[in-house]
Amino acid sequence: MPISIKDLPKEKYVLPGNAACPGCPENMGLRFVGMALGSKAILVVPAGCTAVIQGLAPGSGLNFPILNVPFASSDSVAAGLSSAKKVLGEDATVVVWAGDGGTADIGFATLSGAAERNDDIIHICVDNEAYMNTGIQRSSQTPLGAWTTTTLSGKKERKKDVPLIMLMHRIPYVATASVAYPTDFIEKLRKASTIKGFKYIHLHAPCPVGWRFDPALTASIARLAVETGMWILFDAEGGKVTISPPSKPFIDKSRRKPIREYLSIQGRFRNLTDEILKELEKQVDENWSLLLKLST
Amino acid sequence: MALKTLTGNYAIATAVKLARVKVISAYPITPQTTIVEKLSEMIELGELEADMIRVESEHSALAAVYGAASGGVRSFTATSSHGLLYMHEMLWWVAGARIPIVMAVVSRTIGPPWNIWTDHSDVMDHRDTGWLITFVENNQEALDETIKLFRITEDKRVYLPGIVALDAFILSHTTEPVDVPDQSLVDAFLPPREQPYVFRAGNPLVLGNIPRDLKWNMRMREDVHKAMERAKKVIEEADHLWEKIVGRRHGGLTECYRCEDAKHFMIGVGAWVGDMKEAVDYLRDRFGLRVGLIKVRYFRPFPSEDIIKWLNNAASAVVFDRSISPSVGGPVFIEVLASLASAGVRTPVRGVIAGLAGVDVTHEDLANVMLTSISEVEELGAFKQNVLWFYGGE
Ligand SMILES: Cc1ncc(C[n+]2csc(CCOP(=O)(O)OP(=O)(O)O)c2C)c(N)n1
Ligand code: SF4
Repeated sequence: MPISIKDLPKEKYVLPGNAACPGCPENMGLRFVGMALGSKAILVVPAGCTAVIQGLAPGSGLNFPILNVPFASSDSVAAGLSSAKKVLGEDATVVVWAGDGGTADIGFATLSGAAERNDDIIHICVDNEAYMNTGIQRSSQTPLGAWTTTTLSGKKERKKDVPLIMLMHRIPYVATASVAYPTDFIEKLRKASTIKGFKYIHLHAPCPVGWRFDPALTASIARLAVETGMWILFDAEGGKVTISPPSKPFIDKSRRKPIREYLSIQGRFRNLTDEILKELEKQVDENWSLLLKLST
Repeated sequence: MALKTLTGNYAIATAVKLARVKVISAYPITPQTTIVEKLSEMIELGELEADMIRVESEHSALAAVYGAASGGVRSFTATSSHGLLYMHEMLWWVAGARIPIVMAVVSRTIGPPWNIWTDHSDVMDHRDTGWLITFVENNQEALDETIKLFRITEDKRVYLPGIVALDAFILSHTTEPVDVPDQSLVDAFLPPREQPYVFRAGNPLVLGNIPRDLKWNMRMREDVHKAMERAKKVIEEADHLWEKIVGRRHGGLTECYRCEDAKHFMIGVGAWVGDMKEAVDYLRDRFGLRVGLIKVRYFRPFPSEDIIKWLNNAASAVVFDRSISPSVGGPVFIEVLASLASAGVRTPVRGVIAGLAGVDVTHEDLANVMLTSISEVEELGAFKQNVLWFYGGE
């Protein structure tokens, strides 16, 4: 069911004056989670930027119940919480809101365990492609060639494809999303909340601080990632992959914008060589062809 | 009441069932494994109505029961040795969040080398986390104390998690007759769960975001300390209530064995306290020595008051530790010294490190250490050596 922004609940889950940086994609994402799930959501949040965005206790800049937890523990805490709600017969959607580090690196075993057990939770990976909270260190989600404080001359390895790894866990629902496409993200969240078992949503979240761009451009850069084909929006219910509407036009390679348009406005790719650019272009093609194979 | 022959691990599993636990999560490690295997079987047979979350690691096991307990249900986990160490940061988080949880730790040596035999190093490594810690002497106590610990941890004066520690194999895999109380008695003893807060949808409660005021954060730690102090009374009360309802008591924070006229004291925790009792009998009956034993039942909160009371006018004390804080001594020894110093009591105390890595220690060994120690202190008025490594009968 297509969603129109004006039909979304007016209730605010992200309160003004919280501690997010200007142009913060995590803050945007959290607002959309509020719009999609409203008062049903209980958030489990490991270490990462969102631990800071909440602001200082005893106050909170977010209007959700939030259980902050150790870095590598979130999906297990969520599994336990979801089990308790079931035992008590309470209606709740338990959501893990974790960074790419909390998801793909230190939290990976926990994530994989919960997915394999099909625990009834939604895991959202808010992917800003580095450890931002500790000051922009590389993660397995940092793309090839990107500068971080631990890859000064550009990362040498490619981005690990977590959505596909999660797809191979044969969980009931996997999706990618982008902060530039709120209705697509909200639809996916709503769909996920109606499905029992483990749901995984990987949210692309360009970070002005870590990627070195003007904070006014967060949404534009996120959109360029989709328009260049660097980030592909899809979802998979019961293992059946469907390219999502915002990405559909870009199945046709000729309609994709050159990836240089996306990279050149990010300071983290300042020292990009032609060789790396070619390699990144090749990776985009590979990612598309694999995903299209899976979607037929 | 029914007398059954149970291993220590089955006694724990039986206690968990009687406590009507709702969520269990654990990861296999020898010698803890049979606790969760038994609980899984009880669930499969429909004897226990609980959810078992079969996680991929111990870190996740404690995380899962923490999530469940924060969600408002009684939860349990069990582990041992490397598993407990793997959980370490979660132990701090649970205690800091003031969420009652009970965990059984089958205490086992830490590697290298790999070694599955008993040793208290794993539990002692967690003494500062804010968990209550009780060591049991036998399988009956394992069952009773597990049930009691649910009541104690869920008392609003406490609201801290608790560990029931039992020695690897000596208790975990050894069968003993255990009196299993009727469910109705346990229900009379153990009220429905209470906890400081419950996470629910629609109630924007936040746990654990960054503090505005660091002093307020420091106060949280002081509150853990104070709750631990208050737990002393709650533990004594639980012990008396258990006696009233079930007709059995083990002592509150300590049990003192043949202490009334004792001059020299043995002090210890865990299963080998049973051997110490035999050593006391032997030393009294054979040599006419006035020896008593202080069994430290709770290591956290530490029973300083009891230690001071018993040792105030004593001639000497020998503390036996199955773990070591290198360059200082055994953890129980350290606490005994600190307790006595705080009260200005100058009784000579020796710390004996023995039974590490599962090295066997018999009651004759323990008695022999006491004989040399007593003659040394009677001759010199002090111990030549405060920390003594003892490897067992030569
Ligand atoms: C066990 C542990 N190791 C390291 C840290 C330090 N730490 C806190 S947040 C963080 C990085 C978070 O990165 P990510 O998950 O990508 O989230 P982001 O900050 O980008 O939102 C690290 C390394 C920690 N809190 N706990
Ligand atoms: S560093 Fe990036 S992700 Fe973190 S709060 Fe700032 S803008 Fe948001």
